[in-house]
Amino acid sequence: MKYIDIWKDGIWRNNVVFSQILGMCPTMAVTTTGTSGLGMGLATTAVLVVANMMVSSVRHWVSQQVRIPVYIVLIATLVTVVDLMLNAYLHDLYKVLGMYIALIVANCSVLGRAEAFAAREPVLASGLDGLAMGLGFTGALTLIGLIRELIGGGTLFAQASLLLGPSFAFLELKVIPNYGGLLLMILPPGGFLVLGLLLAGKRQLAKMRQSASGSTPAATVSVHC
Amino acid sequence: MAALVAALRWNRSGRNKELNMNLAQFREKTLYHGLSLGAVSLVAGLALALTDNTTHAAIRAAEARDLQLSLVQVLPAGFADNDLLKDQTSIKREDGSAVVVYRARLQGQIKGAVFQVGERGYAGEVAVLMGVDYAGNILGVRVVKHGETPGLGDKIDAAKSRWILDFDGKSLGDPTPEKWAVKKDGGQFDQFAGATVTPRAVVKAVKGGLVFYAAHREEIFAK
Repeated sequence: MKYIDIWKDGIWRNNVVFSQILGMCPTMAVTTTGTSGLGMGLATTAVLVVANMMVSSVRHWVSQQVRIPVYIVLIATLVTVVDLMLNAYLHDLYKVLGMYIALIVANCSVLGRAEAFAAREPVLASGLDGLAMGLGFTGALTLIGLIRELIGGGTLFAQASLLLGPSFAFLELKVIPNYGGLLLMILPPGGFLVLGLLLAGKRQLAKMRQSASGSTPAATVSVHC
Repeated sequence: MAALVAALRWNRSGRNKELNMNLAQFREKTLYHGLSLGAVSLVAGLALALTDNTTHAAIRAAEARDLQLSLVQVLPAGFADNDLLKDQTSIKREDGSAVVVYRARLQGQIKGAVFQVGERGYAGEVAVLMGVDYAGNILGVRVVKHGETPGLGDKIDAAKSRWILDFDGKSLGDPTPEKWAVKKDGGQFDQFAGATVTPRAVVKAVKGGLVFYAAHREEIFAK
């Protein structure tokens, strides 16, 4: 598999959220603002890269029968170690990201990539796959977060400076002044609505491309967990 | 000579092949599955123990620093000149739980106290740190730990909203007991649109803290 394909797959064609429909729990739960989506996405990306490389490097001596528990032990250990390290040495960042980190263990896109990619591919390719998938996930979460935030509260990237540092305060925009907000978009139904519409949009786009080029699009990989 | 080398070489590769065969067979055995999973778990356990060991002190220090910063936040500047973290006492509440109270002194004189109380919020406990002067008037309140919904309930956080400052200067008598509630419950504190449970929990926690302080004041400063 070419690196450029890995890259395109992760960012768009086989996007974790929009194509694989994986990691729905964080996708719904932490996308109330663009900033939260971005934070969760970046933390997940870091874990995806390292977890993929770890799984890939043990792939030759882990037998079929115990591979899933082995992956889970590896991923859970990694996340816990990252959690402790951040808490100890980057405490201010931890106070912002801390609540996302524990959620990453439960994100099945990490296990999904271990199983679907890293278990068969070399270490470097697996690392790149983790990075591409992670950034695709980050993009999706940030997009959903921004839409919900804009309609729900009239802002964009609220409190971004808490996550990224004061130099990113320029990202914080109050787009609609004196806007009461549409609470529905911040509450869970808003997550389902936005995700549903985005999925429909992506499907429509693929359909239009298909009829334009006359070729059939690659079947979406679906791993359920 | 060349024949000998060739023979040796053949022998070695033959042995390797046999070894590989045995390994391949062994990999299909349940014993190998157990052993490999056990080995991974052992390494994972060691890594966790090692990380915990190396980070423990730093995490403790960071938490103490956090606490110190919060303590300063709930007291006006220049209110106390002692090291509150060192001047602490533990008081038993009526329900059996213990509350750590930090005593504020200025030039040795008792000025007030800082302590942490909690109440069940929408998603787990909301922990509130509050500073009161000796008479029982609130000097400051900060939510130090919560798991409330981002964008909704997290407005109790001083970094996100000024709501928590409404408590400054309040006491058990002001407002009157029945007004110590959110507006929806007939009280005088604002709730947030879509999130009543969270501010209700904070109001309840703060009121509980004042009741606790009033009931235990002598005990707090006796030790």
